[in-house]
Amino acid sequence: MQVPAQFEYERATSVEHALALLAKYGPESRVIAGGHSLIPMMKLRLARPEALVDVNELTELSGIQVADGELRIGALVRHAQLLASAEAGALFPVLADAERVIADPIVRNRGTIGGSLCQADPSEDLSAAFTAVRADAVIRGEEGTRMVPVREFFTGPYSTVVGPAELLVELRLPIREGSGSAYAKVGRRAGDWAVAAAGAELVLEGGDVAEAGIGLTAVGAPRFVAAEAEDFLRGGAASAERFEKAGVIAAEHCSPAADQRGPVDYKRHLVATLTTRALHRAADRAGG
Amino acid sequence: MEITVTVNGEPHRRTVEPRLLLVHLLRDDLGLTGTHWGCDTSNCGTCVVWLDDLPVKSCTVLAAMADGKRVRTVEDLGHGAELDPVQQGFVACHGIQCGFCTPGMLMTARWLLDHDPDPSEDVIREAISGQLCRCTGYENIVRSIRWAAEHPDGATP
Amino acid sequence: MTYGSLPRKEDARFVRGRGTFVDDLVLPGMLHGAILRSPHAHARLLSVDTSAAEAHPKVRAVLTGKDLAERGMAWMPTLSHDVQAVLATDKVRFQGQEIAFVVAEDRYAARDALELIDVEYEPLPVVVDAPAALAAGAAVIRDDLGKADNHVFDWSSGDEAATEAAFAKAEVVARQDMLYPRVHPAPLETCGAVADVDAITGKLTVWATAQAPHAHRILYSRITGLPEHRIRIVAPDIGGGFGNKVGMYPGYLCAVVGSMVTGRPVKWTEDRSENLMSTSFARDYHMRGEIAATRDGRLLGLRVRVLADHGAFNGTAQPAKFPAGFFHVFTGSYDLPAAFCSVTGVYTNKAPGGVAYACSFRITEAVYVVERMMDVLARELGLDPAELRMRNLLRPEQFPYTCATGWQYDSGDYPRALTLLKEISGYDELRREQAGKRARGELMGLGLSFFTEAVGAGPREHMDILGFGMADGAELRVHPSGSAVLRLSCMSQGQGHETTFAQLVSAELGIPPEEVEVVQGDTDHTPFGLGTYGSRSTPVSGAAAVTVARKVRERARQVASAMLEVSPDDLEWERGRWFVRGVPGRGHTIREIALAAHSDLALPEGVEGQLYASTVYSPPNLTYPFGAYLCVVDVDADTGQVRVRRFVAVDDCGVRINPMIVAGQVHRGLADGIGMALMELMAFDADGNHLGGSFMDYLLPTALECPSWELGETVTPSPHHPIGAKGIGESATVGSPAAVVNAVVDALAPFGVRHADMPLTPAAVWRAMRGKPLRADLAIS
Repeated sequence: MQVPAQFEYERATSVEHALALLAKYGPESRVIAGGHSLIPMMKLRLARPEALVDVNELTELSGIQVADGELRIGALVRHAQLLASAEAGALFPVLADAERVIADPIVRNRGTIGGSLCQADPSEDLSAAFTAVRADAVIRGEEGTRMVPVREFFTGPYSTVVGPAELLVELRLPIREGSGSAYAKVGRRAGDWAVAAAGAELVLEGGDVAEAGIGLTAVGAPRFVAAEAEDFLRGGAASAERFEKAGVIAAEHCSPAADQRGPVDYKRHLVATLTTRALHRAADRAGG
Repeated sequence: MEITVTVNGEPHRRTVEPRLLLVHLLRDDLGLTGTHWGCDTSNCGTCVVWLDDLPVKSCTVLAAMADGKRVRTVEDLGHGAELDPVQQGFVACHGIQCGFCTPGMLMTARWLLDHDPDPSEDVIREAISGQLCRCTGYENIVRSIRWAAEHPDGATP
Repeated sequence: MTYGSLPRKEDARFVRGRGTFVDDLVLPGMLHGAILRSPHAHARLLSVDTSAAEAHPKVRAVLTGKDLAERGMAWMPTLSHDVQAVLATDKVRFQGQEIAFVVAEDRYAARDALELIDVEYEPLPVVVDAPAALAAGAAVIRDDLGKADNHVFDWSSGDEAATEAAFAKAEVVARQDMLYPRVHPAPLETCGAVADVDAITGKLTVWATAQAPHAHRILYSRITGLPEHRIRIVAPDIGGGFGNKVGMYPGYLCAVVGSMVTGRPVKWTEDRSENLMSTSFARDYHMRGEIAATRDGRLLGLRVRVLADHGAFNGTAQPAKFPAGFFHVFTGSYDLPAAFCSVTGVYTNKAPGGVAYACSFRITEAVYVVERMMDVLARELGLDPAELRMRNLLRPEQFPYTCATGWQYDSGDYPRALTLLKEISGYDELRREQAGKRARGELMGLGLSFFTEAVGAGPREHMDILGFGMADGAELRVHPSGSAVLRLSCMSQGQGHETTFAQLVSAELGIPPEEVEVVQGDTDHTPFGLGTYGSRSTPVSGAAAVTVARKVRERARQVASAMLEVSPDDLEWERGRWFVRGVPGRGHTIREIALAAHSDLALPEGVEGQLYASTVYSPPNLTYPFGAYLCVVDVDADTGQVRVRRFVAVDDCGVRINPMIVAGQVHRGLADGIGMALMELMAFDADGNHLGGSFMDYLLPTALECPSWELGETVTPSPHHPIGAKGIGESATVGSPAAVVNAVVDALAPFGVRHADMPLTPAAVWRAMRGKPLRADLAIS
């Protein structure tokens, strides 16, 4: 089996300690939580951090709770934990939909929400899901805490706004009355990364769309957002025709690349199909 | 660095490189070769062990991350002639061919039944979906786990 | 108990995690090896600088092609009369080819040192597109052989003129091009070896993932110059083989040389990407099928033209006289008056191999082409595919049947198997359901496949590996207490030999199977034979085991006659006992006879003491298992996703020794069919980059893609096997891919789709529906 190159390792005992360690080891250090994104990259020697700061003991980051009209998900929450959370599933079914199709049950036991987001893989499912529900990322640094909308969190493939001496600590999802959400994905096989996937949230008022959120993954949507489709939906009727049209708009405005998962035309088609499917399911769940 | 890992109830203190993978600690340092490895990318699942009571892929855990924690491997499932019901199920239902995926499958099966004593076939298939088997077409693994669910105390002597 | 579903003896260790696989071995002072591989698919090697690696404190040796050349070991013979580079000296010819070997104190240090080797390459034009390999101006890959093109061989079988005539008078002719793409057996345990040269005796011991330990010993002997008695090959438990572990790989030899150089044991185990990128693949057959028939669906002729991509070295592990394996049974299960096939092999800048995936030496490709053509023809004729097959299947009274290319099928009752399949599956009801769904725009498909396998090579005079005839030795000794040890030349990779072969001996001698020890895999402790692949264990070694047990039984008769003081002719055998005919109370069990055979009992002249025999079994013919399969799929018309709803398999492998194990073998092959038809693929981009080099990219089916298999069976004994058994190990891998593809194509019929190449990923299905099929073997652009 391939093995990582050498590095230093230290285990953090608190958020403050983790920040101090990151400062100590400098920009070539990396935070490690579940390790299911980072360790495979290190084995293939595509990632070669000089030091790892292990945050697995930071149990204060392992909670899922509702406070101040938000669902708050600690960065160290494991995928399996989020999937098992009845509260999260009821408030944001998009999360359970997505978690059910992320990797496999054993990987989900270990991989973390924060790790998935910070890896910023262009095919990450949760990035699209959190984008759809307009979550905020809570980032701690030695200077203090800052909030960044997930829609501004990603700066490019494998790159985020989290600084070298900062730590993503929490995701906050605004709970909206009359909302529903869903996630639809096509992979080549169970556990595969998405060929394409779409997450959607709808806030309905009467029969109309008060607010729409659409996140797309694996198809080159800027910061995972299908902004034009959201704009189109906002303020209009929650109808099958409009959901279909929104899918077409989303497909027009993303830029998928051909790879062994599929050619561009197919991926674009999937964006349309999956966006429409996610919107229908979100609308059903919103009671619309 | 120095670590202490409690494996199958026994604490082991070792000096290791931080990069040492848990699967290699188990196999190469502790001689527990029941845990296997079969890929580089956390896909095959032949390395599944329990880390503090949760099944994990030990090829994707650093030994350092297991410092101070409990690990359970296939070697702890049965004792001597006595086999865990999941082990008995794999024998009774021909859930084993080459034996390479077996230890990982057993560890997942035991965990599943501890948390869901009567899983449906679909639940079992989902539970083992992160673990590949090239020999059985999964059919007899599913049956083996069902057998264990139906015989929680093992075979009637 | 004799035949029957006996639980496996092997499981006692496997279920406890106590199997011993190659990477589990630890020898005192053992070092670890790692291989530096080429990132280029085709490049001239300008220089290899190992000085920095050698300076690594934990490195004990670094080997390059130059070092091996000095020992005359830079090249090794393949099993197909070609040579393959062990470590490259002149050029690299595929991505992942071996360049240098590091031996270090631990596996991590060995890996680290690979990064310290500096290689200078001069990239050369790359040949990845097999149809373009013979084009004028294509880069020549095998200049080492003095070749001026990339041509490997031309080979044909059948009567070309008669086939031409059949086509000329046919009312209907259907043609279809199809690709059986490059796939990989991907056993969960990768390949590996531990080599140990004894410093005092010079004896070389190699523990290796070897399906054919004796064939490996021949190769080591030829390459190293050591005589066989100074080479011992031991195959410990093997974590799946499926043909991947038949041949010799450079890593094994590097470990051997590493041990020679350092004087210490050296372990080498490849990682998954090395396994996928450099070891034996399978298929890569570009085929054109043509079928001729009457308007009412009577087959007249079949013609197939193949372009075979063999990679950079011709390294197929198959009987050497058959460059296209057993492809000539492409006439399948049908009464075909005329048939002709021609195969052209080409070199490309890809890994060598060709037959390494449970395929019975190209019968997978042969079954695929004929079964696809049957569906293409059925569509053309407007006939139900089951009906077209039933009209043309060989009839029981035609056996033994000699097909149009000269192969003699031993036995079969094909219509019975197809009829049973239709009953079990509720075929007619499924067709009605499909019609209803089609009317509603839903896509459901039924795919049939009827296959005939040809397994159990030799006979020795027709089939050989490197000139060694394919016959298997067996030795059986009954100990004084009546327990026994059977020594075999074949080697299990999960098939349960320790159980089934004990059952064979038990059935012949009445010794309980748990008292029959089966020894395999160790060339110092087993007779010569060519190993386990091509489903040959039961047909060849199984027959050898029965034969040798019967010889021991005859010896026991002589001993019993001395014990009972009667003529051997007056003795009768029943359930483990010789007794005096007509006096059932007067006799002796095999246990009593065994003790007497070792005792001071006076034996008649010419009768040796002890109960021991050996044999060498050369089969008179192959055995021909067969089966009828049905796959039922649902296709999501919007996404192209395929769900296999049901898979029903009726298999006939003659007499079943252990039906539980037989069913398990079938299950495995059915999962292979799902994998190959829907997801497994090794494609290459224009630069020769391997696009399936990990389990993230080379997808294997999980429990979620596999339905609960539904099995049925018929039993048509083989007339020439001592107990009427046939091989089963590869039947389902051979038969199932066509059923899955036929099902998907059937589902897509409303879109006018009559063929689509594997793997039928969602993208491939969606493109097929739009008449813009993807080329499976090249990068998607």
